[in-house]
Amino acid sequence: MKKLGVIVNPIAGIGGKVGLKGSDGIEILKKAREMGARSEAPRRALEALKIIAKLKNEIQVVTYPDEMGADECREAGLEPEIIGSIESGETRPEDTMEAARKMAERGVDLILFAGGDGTARNIYSAIGSSIPVLGIPAGVKIHSAVYAINPHSAGEVASLYLQGKVVNIREAEVMDIDEEAFRQGRVSAQLYGYLKVPVERRVQSVKSGARSEQAEVEGLAAEIIAGMDADTLYIIGPGTTTRAIMERLELSNTLLGVDVILDRKLVANDVTENQLFDLINQHGKARIVVTAIGGQGHVFGRGNQQISPRVIRLAGKNNIIVVASRDKLVALQPHPLLVDTGDPELDRELRGYVRVVTGWEDSIMYRVSDDAD
Amino acid sequence: MARQKKLLRDNYHQARWDEPMIFEMSVPGERGVLVPLACENIVSQVGDGVSAIPANLRRKKAPALPEVNQMRVNRHYYHLSQETLGTDVTLGISEGTCTMKYSPKVQEHMAARHPGIVDVHPLQEPDTMQGILELYYKVEQFLKEISGMDAFSLQPGGGAHGVFTNASIIRAYHRARGDNNRTEIITTMFSHPCDAATPNTAGFKVITLMPDESGYPDLEAMKAALSDKTAGIMITNPEDTGIYNPRIEEYVKAAHAVGALCSYDQANANGMMGIHRAREAGFDLCHFNLHKTFSAPHGCMGPATGAIGVKEFLKPFLPVPRVEFDGQKYLLNSNYPESVGKVRTFFGNTNVILKTYMWIMQHGAEGLKEAAICSVLNNQYFMKKIAEIPGVVIWYAKGKRRLEQVRYSWEKLKQDTGVGTDDVNKRIVDFGIEHYWTSHHPWVVPEPFTLEPCESYNKEDLDEYVAVLKQISKEAYDDPNLVKSAPHKAASHRPTHEAIDEAELIAVTWRQYLKKKGKK
Repeated sequence: MKKLGVIVNPIAGIGGKVGLKGSDGIEILKKAREMGARSEAPRRALEALKIIAKLKNEIQVVTYPDEMGADECREAGLEPEIIGSIESGETRPEDTMEAARKMAERGVDLILFAGGDGTARNIYSAIGSSIPVLGIPAGVKIHSAVYAINPHSAGEVASLYLQGKVVNIREAEVMDIDEEAFRQGRVSAQLYGYLKVPVERRVQSVKSGARSEQAEVEGLAAEIIAGMDADTLYIIGPGTTTRAIMERLELSNTLLGVDVILDRKLVANDVTENQLFDLINQHGKARIVVTAIGGQGHVFGRGNQQISPRVIRLAGKNNIIVVASRDKLVALQPHPLLVDTGDPELDRELRGYVRVVTGWEDSIMYRVSDDAD
Repeated sequence: MARQKKLLRDNYHQARWDEPMIFEMSVPGERGVLVPLACENIVSQVGDGVSAIPANLRRKKAPALPEVNQMRVNRHYYHLSQETLGTDVTLGISEGTCTMKYSPKVQEHMAARHPGIVDVHPLQEPDTMQGILELYYKVEQFLKEISGMDAFSLQPGGGAHGVFTNASIIRAYHRARGDNNRTEIITTMFSHPCDAATPNTAGFKVITLMPDESGYPDLEAMKAALSDKTAGIMITNPEDTGIYNPRIEEYVKAAHAVGALCSYDQANANGMMGIHRAREAGFDLCHFNLHKTFSAPHGCMGPATGAIGVKEFLKPFLPVPRVEFDGQKYLLNSNYPESVGKVRTFFGNTNVILKTYMWIMQHGAEGLKEAAICSVLNNQYFMKKIAEIPGVVIWYAKGKRRLEQVRYSWEKLKQDTGVGTDDVNKRIVDFGIEHYWTSHHPWVVPEPFTLEPCESYNKEDLDEYVAVLKQISKEAYDDPNLVKSAPHKAASHRPTHEAIDEAELIAVTWRQYLKKKGKK
């Protein structure tokens, strides 16, 4: 019998409705509550759990007490095993981390959580990518790519996964932004790692001749390598898509950082912004290879801040190569790819269309915007 | 008065024969036909027939063919045919983009029996097969008139093959001018996928345009993609969404401005015959699937023909041999030194050309136009009815008409009930309707289904189809599990996707099956 872990972060999203841009920290939470804010997470979790409740005789459910899952599971008609302890009304990030750890110890097949980027980050820091996780989007910040598109879909995908029906497992970015900076109008997002997430692919499953996403990514890596010019630095941004290039060249790489290669050989792993700037200055010719990071399709400004405005200008705007699988672009539709380098002038210059390399001798023209709306 | 009041076939049930594989029916020594031994005067001329084959090409063991008597073989395949749903027993409306029109049976009879077709060998002297060559020549003249192009080749053996040949012609044209720098072809997301795949196979890099908010290919994106590297654009209009691009000339002009050629994918021209021509739209090349629009018919992986048409300046690059007429007789001319060469054995699928000829002659110019008008009219009625079904959404171009087909979406049904397009598709066969075409990869429109009610179907047919979808939508809202566990009345139950998608599980031959099941 498959085992599902359920974690609800009962304060996720509480800051959003009152314009506080996040819910991290006791003070903010107090302020939000004073302003009459209520969390969206319990209601959203319930919506997903009601769908899963159809499988109640086929699965075991493990959850945390009270508003961290037990209440929602019961209301949905599930009979969960309740573990751990919390101080109801005073839940903290440590509770989420402890819950994830305990569920992992109990060997759950999937953790379904309701929350935002902070919650995803807590789970990642507790258990890494050891077991698949799926997010019910309920936070203010949803830069990570670990969520289903809505609570209903989260319930559906989790059900399919627990029934052993076909869903693909994708490595999805866990990102979080510095809320203090965010409140002051600056977005400073960091890429923390990758969680394994079950996804339902929006593809034709029969007689389409569709290539798997992995095959596409291998193809695009081959395409980038075949097109590499001699005596040119290649700056390889973070992410699983760009990782494929390094792996194909059999070079060590930094999943969450920036690596530099020259003539298909490694120059440096995990470089800082300063190192990058100096390298390009010394060498001259350089190309930047980046992919869309996070659930909102950022090619610059989320998790790859090492590639700063001055680095981009030094390498030259025409030397940016964007790579992404077709699946990733289609999932992004109709939203554009985003740039948020921190330099509004450069962001404006980067607007327009970019030719995204999607496979071997295959690319898609895609719109780039500096405005998420 | 209507023929029938009842629209839903509630009591339908498909045959289930529990039929073994033909290999499992084999009994050593059993035979379907006893082939007589060759008589003495033949043996004296050719020997045993086998010794003439070089030793290294000869089988060491006899092939592992099933040994089954004739009556069992006959019964076996009849059983299998009853476990399928083909155009002769169901509504071909399901297969959007495929144009599953009714093909008059007389065409099959002629192709199967007329001595002028069945008793002719393609290596005969052209003088002795003037009839067939006349068919080729006349069909070419018809297609020239329908498209406005100056010359056609009927050699390619399928639509994608035609597009591949067009890509090859584009390459040959640029090379002949000494321009070897043009390595890119531009296409669109909702064009037929062969517009991307076949130029790729022909050695081009392919750039795909996404649809803009209205569902048209993004013109600004195309302008950004065009350069002196662009060899050509290969696009479909109307696209798979059924949306006709009224600004097509702007795309063509932009491409011509950088020296690229323009190839019009008119595989499915059913809504356009007699109304819109590739020439007036400014295209340099085009193609028709004779097995769609021209009733050859379509399905079962052929036989098919992707007839390719070009303007005069590209004629030297067309495949050879070309069928020509010198005013007295028809001949095969291979004297085109710049030709891309031969793309199909002999001169293509002759019986497809015969059926096309017959269908066009049965309709005449006015009839072709009327067929196009009826197919568009059918689609307007059908789309209005389907849009009223709860759970259906139509993406893009709100309030705009589609031409002869529509890409619909069950996105709302999926959100409301969890029942998606794959589920509906499994349920539809419980009402005796062939599974429908969802979409090419990738699913840009979520939970897609694509329907094409061509001119053959009348209001009763359309109403039956609508009633079935309405019923399934109702079931999804009332009892989603009924739909999700379908089919209940079909020959086989829900096949698992793994068996189709995973290389380790796919077995397309009996030998592979035994190997992968670990039986041998």
